[in-house]
Amino acid sequence: MNAVRPGRDDVLRILGTVMDPEVPVLSVVELGIIRGVDVGDDGVKITITPTYSGCPAMHTMEEDMRGALAGHGITAVAFETVYAPAWTSDWIPPEAREKLRQFGIAPPGPAEQGGLITLTRRAKPVACPYCGSEHTERRSEFGSTACKAIHFCNACHQPFDEFKPF
Amino acid sequence: MTTPRVAAPRRTPPANPLFEYVLRVADDRLVLGHRLSEWCGHGPILEEDIALSNIALDFIGQASAMLALAGQIEGQGRTEDTLAYFRDEHEFRNALLVEQPNGDFAVTIVRQFLFDAWSVLVLDALQGVKHPQLAALAAKSLKEDRYHLRHSSEWMLRLGDGTAESHARAQRALDDLWRFTGELFETDAMDAAVAADGIAVDRESIRARWQEIVADVVKRATLTLPGDTQMATGGRRGRHSEHLGHMLAEMQIVARSHPGASW
Repeated sequence: MNAVRPGRDDVLRILGTVMDPEVPVLSVVELGIIRGVDVGDDGVKITITPTYSGCPAMHTMEEDMRGALAGHGITAVAFETVYAPAWTSDWIPPEAREKLRQFGIAPPGPAEQGGLITLTRRAKPVACPYCGSEHTERRSEFGSTACKAIHFCNACHQPFDEFKPF
Repeated sequence: MTTPRVAAPRRTPPANPLFEYVLRVADDRLVLGHRLSEWCGHGPILEEDIALSNIALDFIGQASAMLALAGQIEGQGRTEDTLAYFRDEHEFRNALLVEQPNGDFAVTIVRQFLFDAWSVLVLDALQGVKHPQLAALAAKSLKEDRYHLRHSSEWMLRLGDGTAESHARAQRALDDLWRFTGELFETDAMDAAVAADGIAVDRESIRARWQEIVADVVKRATLTLPGDTQMATGGRRGRHSEHLGHMLAEMQIVARSHPGASW
């Protein structure tokens, strides 16, 4: 039982200060993993969904959320993980995408629809987050974390990460 | 090299077919995920080291959620960790293909391609079944596996249509692994038993589409599709090749040496 019953907006505001440890300019709310906040007599229930199935940051983010809420006296907190609908990068809002770009990570384009089987690479070049050039090439679809791909800018000769459209 | 023995068909359906069915889906991912993790730090180039480790992580994450679901279905208090670390070889239900050793990079890529093409089709079917939790995990995993398939099929083209050496190695891998592909399309009493739970996957239509995808990529990679051969079987009933036990020994030793440890 929490000492004071917090409002749903209070909880969301606090969660908005908890950053993704691997993409420290995005909060867990901006990342889109918070699927629901319910405040009841027994405490707060937070429904979350993983970005990628094996994302090792999920556990850290849960601990960080628990810590941030505890800092505001909210200690009765339960987490529930849901898998449907599956997380998509389309849930990241426009202002958060700009933060990504300023941090040096190309923001995701629209998540791919396409057919079930896409054997060829996406053709559209990803704009360099440093100089804006589209004279870039994809080096690998897999990067330093599950959510990123590696690109290289041929204009300013910088390697850069792309937050994958997913 | 030994050919796995052919197990006698199961006469009676298992006590909890849905549990066993979910184990089959989960174990493919756990075993292949662990195999791919063996590449971590050993990839031929840095980007591939990272890619294979990322794919391993996806599979292990998928397996973790699916084994947790299996544990709930079983209702005996087993968690994803108990199921991963405290089952013996004969209790694993993965296909023989995914337990085959990594070999060289060509073997790993061919194994991955044959699995990915199949997995995408199976998950697509499973995301429509009338079991909401299994359908949700299938839909989630499908997004990841589509990425994996693009990666492995691109490498099929590069290796097959690359140098004489890479072509020869890719062809040898394809010829060696082909006998493990038949098992992916087997149906048995388990499939009939879970149909009652609203889980029906048409393996014959999946086989036809899989053959199309594989034939297309193999042709574009200038490789030759292997001819008909005797197919190995047994993994779904716990009859594994000699490789799985060694893999499990390494995968399970820490959990078994320090039961209950957490960090």
